[in-house]
Amino acid sequence: MRRIGPLVVEPRPVASRSASVLARLVAIALALGLGALILEAGGYSARDSYRTMWDAAFANRDALAETLVAATPLIFTGLAVAFAARMLLWNIGAEGQLFLGAAAASWLAFSFPDAPRGLLLPAMVVAGAIGGAAWAAGPGVLRASLGVSEIVTTLMLNFVAILLVDYLVHGPWRDPESSGFPLSKPFTESAILPSFGDTRLHVGFLIALGAAVVVWALLRSTRFGYEVRVIGESQPAARYAGMPLRRNIVVVMLVSGGLAGIAGMSEVSGIVFRIQPDISAGFGYTGIIVATLGRFSAPGVVVAAVLFGALQVGGYALQTTEVPPSIVQVLQGAILFIAVGAEMLARYRVRWSPRRERDRAPFAEETP
Amino acid sequence: MSDIPLVELRGIVKRFPGLVANDGVDLELHAGEVHALLGENGAGKTTLMNVLTGLYRPDEGAILVDGSPVSFRSPRNAIDAGIGMVHQHFRLVESLTVAENVLLGWHTPRLWLGRKAGIRQVAELAERYRLEVHPEARVWQLSVGEQQRVEILKALYRGARLLILDEPSAVLTPQEAEGLFDTVREMAARGEGIVVITHKLDEVQAVADRITVLRRGRNVGEATRGELDSRALARLMVGRDVSLEMTPSTAELGDVVLRVEQASARSDRGLPALVDVTLDVRAGQIFGIAGVAGNGQRELAEIVTGLRSLETGSVDVDGRRLRGASARGAIDAGVAHVPEDRLGSGLVAGLSTTDNAILKAYRRRPVARGPFVDGRAARALAERFLAAFEVSAVSVDAPVRLMSGGNLQRLLLARETAEQPKVIVAVHPTRGLDVGGTETVRRVLREQQEAGAAILLISEDLDEVLALADPVGVLHGGRLAGVLPREVCDVEELGLLMGGATP
Repeated sequence: MRRIGPLVVEPRPVASRSASVLARLVAIALALGLGALILEAGGYSARDSYRTMWDAAFANRDALAETLVAATPLIFTGLAVAFAARMLLWNIGAEGQLFLGAAAASWLAFSFPDAPRGLLLPAMVVAGAIGGAAWAAGPGVLRASLGVSEIVTTLMLNFVAILLVDYLVHGPWRDPESSGFPLSKPFTESAILPSFGDTRLHVGFLIALGAAVVVWALLRSTRFGYEVRVIGESQPAARYAGMPLRRNIVVVMLVSGGLAGIAGMSEVSGIVFRIQPDISAGFGYTGIIVATLGRFSAPGVVVAAVLFGALQVGGYALQTTEVPPSIVQVLQGAILFIAVGAEMLARYRVRWSPRRERDRAPFAEETP
Repeated sequence: MSDIPLVELRGIVKRFPGLVANDGVDLELHAGEVHALLGENGAGKTTLMNVLTGLYRPDEGAILVDGSPVSFRSPRNAIDAGIGMVHQHFRLVESLTVAENVLLGWHTPRLWLGRKAGIRQVAELAERYRLEVHPEARVWQLSVGEQQRVEILKALYRGARLLILDEPSAVLTPQEAEGLFDTVREMAARGEGIVVITHKLDEVQAVADRITVLRRGRNVGEATRGELDSRALARLMVGRDVSLEMTPSTAELGDVVLRVEQASARSDRGLPALVDVTLDVRAGQIFGIAGVAGNGQRELAEIVTGLRSLETGSVDVDGRRLRGASARGAIDAGVAHVPEDRLGSGLVAGLSTTDNAILKAYRRRPVARGPFVDGRAARALAERFLAAFEVSAVSVDAPVRLMSGGNLQRLLLARETAEQPKVIVAVHPTRGLDVGGTETVRRVLREQQEAGAAILLISEDLDEVLALADPVGVLHGGRLAGVLPREVCDVEELGLLMGGATP
């Protein structure tokens, strides 16, 4: 229990589902209110700005498609972070794993440009997963065998992965016709994910949804998922039950890296059609926020990723009006900040309680 | 002795969300008197003392010191009023010396610490109350009994006229406890008021001048020394006649199922914790291990359950050697484990009853189906456990965190005994449980014994060990001292062994 003036903050006895839904709705309302204040203070119409953002993100088929395009890589990286976090592993390296996945998929695309599409694309998905998993394997093994913090190792490997792709597109994979730009050759038709109608929305989105279902089922109804949940809640209990902790650390890191790797494949094959240094707008890092907002559950990650995608698309649209990018970023930041703060409201309650001290019941009175 | 009590509590009410911990409790504490506060776990003893020491504020009622009402806003106020408390879990800085701990936070130095003077003051105080402890020793080097003396010194140094001791003998050997009670009587003779919080009846009889019994947050009885016998006090405390006496086992002894031979192991800190321990447990036998905590009990339990590796020696279960530290190997060999921290390792607080029920069965049919967990079979197993052991749970999907201690232990026992274990390692199985929970646990252990399990019962509670086990051994300093058949054990002798005497 904490006291701030007359306000008392205390944990909710039982985190209720209705309370957590309500907390999120309140958070969205608060966030929009704060955003409106910021916009009005900057001399822009909040109403018009919100309308612009809404139209760009949801108003019609094309807008919705753009939102889902932006959400696709975030679903993958969000799942990657969330899955590892269920076992209390913090994979900060989804960004690097994404780059490695992209590189591995591209390598296949360049090596077998004329392979049939139905063969090449699934192979590229697998290659992306393997690339990402390989990049996470080192941190996983080090954590399992020597207890080296995976937070540090995965983070540092991000820079290595990004520089590695830099090297590839400046060197061996550079397109001779790119007139000096660090770009690879474009992919051939059979290495490109099909898209829906004339939108940019591609099959990668469906793969992302499929991955979410797989992660959900894995955690919920497999023995492996059960072990992950037990280990995440209590390592002593897992050891007591004879669960293989080390092996599971490595396997979870591999799965997590694999998910992030597919994000890379999906971006190069679905959006960029080649490999270049700016294939990711920090998707790996944003995935951490998406996973947190989604409370580390697969369905939660999908919802959070779509909201995040909408915020991005809306933000771009706002920048094309007279609102400066900095205000847009402040607005996005404020919304996120409040949304994360709402997490606390779902788990704690704030009570008005001037003066009279009321104490919290001891959990186990008089037990040693 | 004056007529005005040193401290008086009148009609203290303390509510917590969902329960009333103190419901109009009255208490009069006089100088020069040892007052025992008797009650079961959860009777509200500790809450009452937390009110008295300023940690909690009462919802109703008054506290009077020397006859005038006071209102404590913080523990500091209570200390200023001369009320000191020695908590069950000591609040000492292990790396500092005795004198530093006593002076810490109280002695306010100007520029120089005045270390010499401080040491002298502490030494004088220790001598006056015959609390033998070296002021310059570091706390981590001290025995538990000595650490307790430091806590008492701390309270006295702060000018306590009323000293509250919370379950002071819980961590002591019988001999150390005897020494403590001598100190307590000495302090009372010097005019201090003493409160001893306890649920041990023999202690009450040994030391108390006046007794107050609490049950469910209310006064249910008061007596002066010698007015009530132990049986009457127990009835007041529990509210009914209880019998934790166990009928002797009728189980026939079978073959040796658990054999530990010359086993040595190190503690988490890498120090030798178990030295050359050899013991045999037969089918249908409960082998009791007594001893003060921290003398290798944990390590012994862990080598048998595959959680700790052996340095030398061996552990065999039913003729099969347990190799390396493999909890999985022990489980597969038929070793069940009722661990010390039931909610830390035996059960997973944040997971549901169902998930906890399958903690050991999830690898085998019918719960396991290839790589999958069969949700329906898991639920069925959980429901069976709840029904068979009368566990009250909100639902099988609710996290077990919400269950009471007794229900948790019942669930754990249901799971651990479900597969007719060959060996059961039970560590402090009734610690912190109320009378009802204790009865269940002891009954289940007895039933398992009759069904032919070999049981290793590790407990600090001598009465429990004597009620259930035969033979009884004592662990001290990692060595198993004197394994005695039940009929020749007495508390005195076990106590000496616990304190390190050689048989």
